[in-house]
Amino acid sequence: MSSTLLHEDYPVEAEDYTRAGEASADIKRKLKQLGVSAGVLRRVSVASYEVELNLVIHSRGGVLSLEVTPERVLLVSADRGPGIPDLELAMREGWSTANETARSLGFGAGMGLPNMKRNADEFDIESQLGTGTTIRMGFLLS
Amino acid sequence: MTIADMIRVLRAKVLCGEDRLETMVYTACCSDLMSDVLAFVNEKTVLITGLTNPHVLRTADMLDLKCLVYARGKIPGEEILDQAREQGLVVITTRETAFTACGLLYEAGLRGVPIEWPESEARL
Ligand SMILES: Nc1ncnc2c1ncn2[C@@H]1O[C@H](COP(=O)(O)OP(=O)(O)OP(=O)(O)O)[C@@H](O)[C@H]1O
Ligand SMILES: [Mg+2]
Repeated sequence: MSSTLLHEDYPVEAEDYTRAGEASADIKRKLKQLGVSAGVLRRVSVASYEVELNLVIHSRGGVLSLEVTPERVLLVSADRGPGIPDLELAMREGWSTANETARSLGFGAGMGLPNMKRNADEFDIESQLGTGTTIRMGFLLS
Repeated sequence: MTIADMIRVLRAKVLCGEDRLETMVYTACCSDLMSDVLAFVNEKTVLITGLTNPHVLRTADMLDLKCLVYARGKIPGEEILDQAREQGLVVITTRETAFTACGLLYEAGLRGVPIEWPESEARL
């Protein structure tokens, strides 16, 4: 196992639109300080913002974690439910169950999960109804 | 073109970032859907939008955007402009609708963000 350069856990509350995005802004700042290149930084930032907003909009709350090793940036989002009934459908561009509040703020295009997958070098999603959803995204450095 | 050129074309008003109007913009995107913006925009792009909430600024921050244009004369709250100043974002507002603003900028030579379609999505 390679050494961990940075590990940070960000609790994200359901429907807290005021603070939504703060974790991602902090992640971006920290990675920039570590000297992560602009291209990787942008991909991590986009994926992180999408996954954080999904926690706010769709989940009952959860934790977004950042881990950096010399090889990769790892983002893990783990929430407390409600879980995703049909993962294949959720991954499809355009599919969204976002409510009116989220839509009025500019979310609900159904593009978040496909965006994450496109931006991450490694993408893994697991979901269990009632238990929660876990998304792991790896971004290779160098 | 520069942001100053855009201001001329749109007869726009600068809300913040007066000192950075010579910044070049290379492409433009017009959307009120943040995920659409996050999907294909890069830092050389100017975002034209009608949404004045803080999430637009956070989206812009994630992408290191340099300029934001509000259509239909929208003006965001002072706290949003403060955030924009902190991010080093130039914010301008035009009385034109988003459609007309895009048309004017296109006519003046600005183009959309080139989109690369992955093989699997090239159905059109
Ligand atoms: N953490 C989660 N918990 C429960 N459901 C989720 C979660 N994340 C995503 N989903 C479900 O998957 C759907 C698709 O998510 P995706 O991020 O692609 O789109 P969106 O959030 O609806 O819209 P956008 O991301 O474009 O603003 C959501 O509408 C929701 O039904
Ligand atoms: Mg989403």
